[in-house]
Amino acid sequence: MSSIRQNPYPEALPDFRNLGVTARALIVVNLLALVAALLAEPDWSAMIDAYVMRAAQFEPPLVASLALLYAGAPWLLRFSYWSGCALVIVVVLVFTAVTHGVLGGFAPASLARTLVLAASTAAVVLAYLRLHTKAYSPALAEARLQALQARIRPHFLFNSLNAVLSLIRRDPKRAERTLEDLADLFRALMSDGRNLVRLADEISLIERYAAIEQLRLGERLRMSWDLDNAPVDAMLPALVLQPLLENAVYHGVEPGTGIGEVLVRIERRGDRVLMRIENPWLEPGAGTRAGNHMALDNIRERLMLFFDDEARLETRREGARYRVDIEIPYRSRAV
Amino acid sequence: MNELRIFIADDEAPARARLKELLADIGGELATMVVGESASGMDVIDRLPGSAAQVLLLDIQMPGMGGIELARHLCVLENAPAVIFVTAHDRHAVEAFELNALDYLMKPVRAERLAAALKKVLTAAPAGRGPRDARDRVARLERAATGAREFFSVAERNRIVLVPVGEVLYLKAELKYVTLRTKAGEHLIEEPLVSIEREFADRFVRVHRNCLVARAAIRGFERIAGGGEEEPHWSVVLDGIDERLPVSRRLWPVVKGVLPEGKE
Repeated sequence: MSSIRQNPYPEALPDFRNLGVTARALIVVNLLALVAALLAEPDWSAMIDAYVMRAAQFEPPLVASLALLYAGAPWLLRFSYWSGCALVIVVVLVFTAVTHGVLGGFAPASLARTLVLAASTAAVVLAYLRLHTKAYSPALAEARLQALQARIRPHFLFNSLNAVLSLIRRDPKRAERTLEDLADLFRALMSDGRNLVRLADEISLIERYAAIEQLRLGERLRMSWDLDNAPVDAMLPALVLQPLLENAVYHGVEPGTGIGEVLVRIERRGDRVLMRIENPWLEPGAGTRAGNHMALDNIRERLMLFFDDEARLETRREGARYRVDIEIPYRSRAV
Repeated sequence: MNELRIFIADDEAPARARLKELLADIGGELATMVVGESASGMDVIDRLPGSAAQVLLLDIQMPGMGGIELARHLCVLENAPAVIFVTAHDRHAVEAFELNALDYLMKPVRAERLAAALKKVLTAAPAGRGPRDARDRVARLERAATGAREFFSVAERNRIVLVPVGEVLYLKAELKYVTLRTKAGEHLIEEPLVSIEREFADRFVRVHRNCLVARAAIRGFERIAGGGEEEPHWSVVLDGIDERLPVSRRLWPVVKGVLPEGKE
């Protein structure tokens, strides 16, 4: 399997527009201050006082730095990892110095000591965020391998090839188109699942996939698309929707005896992108297939990696329908 | 007029079309005639017996009733066709299905392989009609099945009647046959009670040497006083029918534990 790159996830600065990153920075800094107060003061009430005193000193530069980093996030991405880190520390130092000046006589320590403390705190936070990202990448590489095997259901490949074979004599044009669709689909399936793609590309991929399934299943599969408000320039991890649509057909339509309607709806609401795939819920029994949630787990993991806590994936059964909802922050290519 | 009569069952229309093309392609070598096509297992049950098909090309994965269960039901037919499974599954799945013991073709099917499989049917046909062969085949299908059946199949005048397992109240062995009782009536099947007990262990409980009762249908128990030659014993009261079934003394400790909470 030489196509699987084994290099670790490329080093990148944390995404300062991500809520998870911001929250982690806030929590780590405040925890450090609490620990410092705990070490310095002999009893609890003195500890709380010391913490509050320090908070007055470090919260303003912390919040200001995070705000500036939020604003400058796209610009910051132009730098290499290490220069980016240096810039972040410079920002923190500037705000700390300003706060120190404003506080004047109230400041508990000299400017030099305060700056050293601020710089090391910023370094600790950056190191923590880096470890956090790294912790995800080996798991991701493994998840990808599994996903690669799970995604390409042999059942689908051979049935599709069989369907194309049946078309070659009767409808050579359609056979050609179907083979092209299959080629596109497999190109995407074999691409790196760690890349971001445009929503427009993912949509065209699932349309091709649906065309192949339509050929096989005929009128048993009824696709309905609601994509008018889809933000086609939004970025998302590759292969988030296709495995879900495949699941919808595999579990919701193929084992059923009647007509199965599958709905795909994508829309932008404010700065969120909402994606829904819905299929009939079949009572477990004859012909239904047991799922192993591999695809869902894999998608959830990759969404977490790219969007941290800002992404959501939920599955729900409502009456005779089964629904998967994904919500991700809207990011266009410009960012 | 000695074309081989073939029935095709596959839920995907393109797959059926492909098999017909291939049959036409090998026509010079082996004359065949397609006598029927179905897109679902139930449809095969309805239409195959009247088609006088000699060979059934059967997709394993079909909605409603899968190919393996369908093939088991067809075994009750007097002139059951030879079944050749057609599957898109990879090798691994084929092994899991124990299909190696049966005739099967991989999708996409090659013309040569199809011709070879059909010729095998022609040469094996005269010998492979005995009841012993049928039993053997059922045993192999049983092993290949991934779960319990959904239906019992009853042969009635060259027609297959399917009785949903859930409708069966009790099964009683009598001489060569097993009587299968539903609310609506009785059917006779030719299967050993022991293998039914094994297959549906979670559905039926043995109350007597010759009798299995649906756990869900048990409403309660009654003490029969006995008299004359009859010893006093417990009997099962069932939903929907008045008949009482005796519980053997040896099995009573097991049977009395079956009654779920909330039932009297």
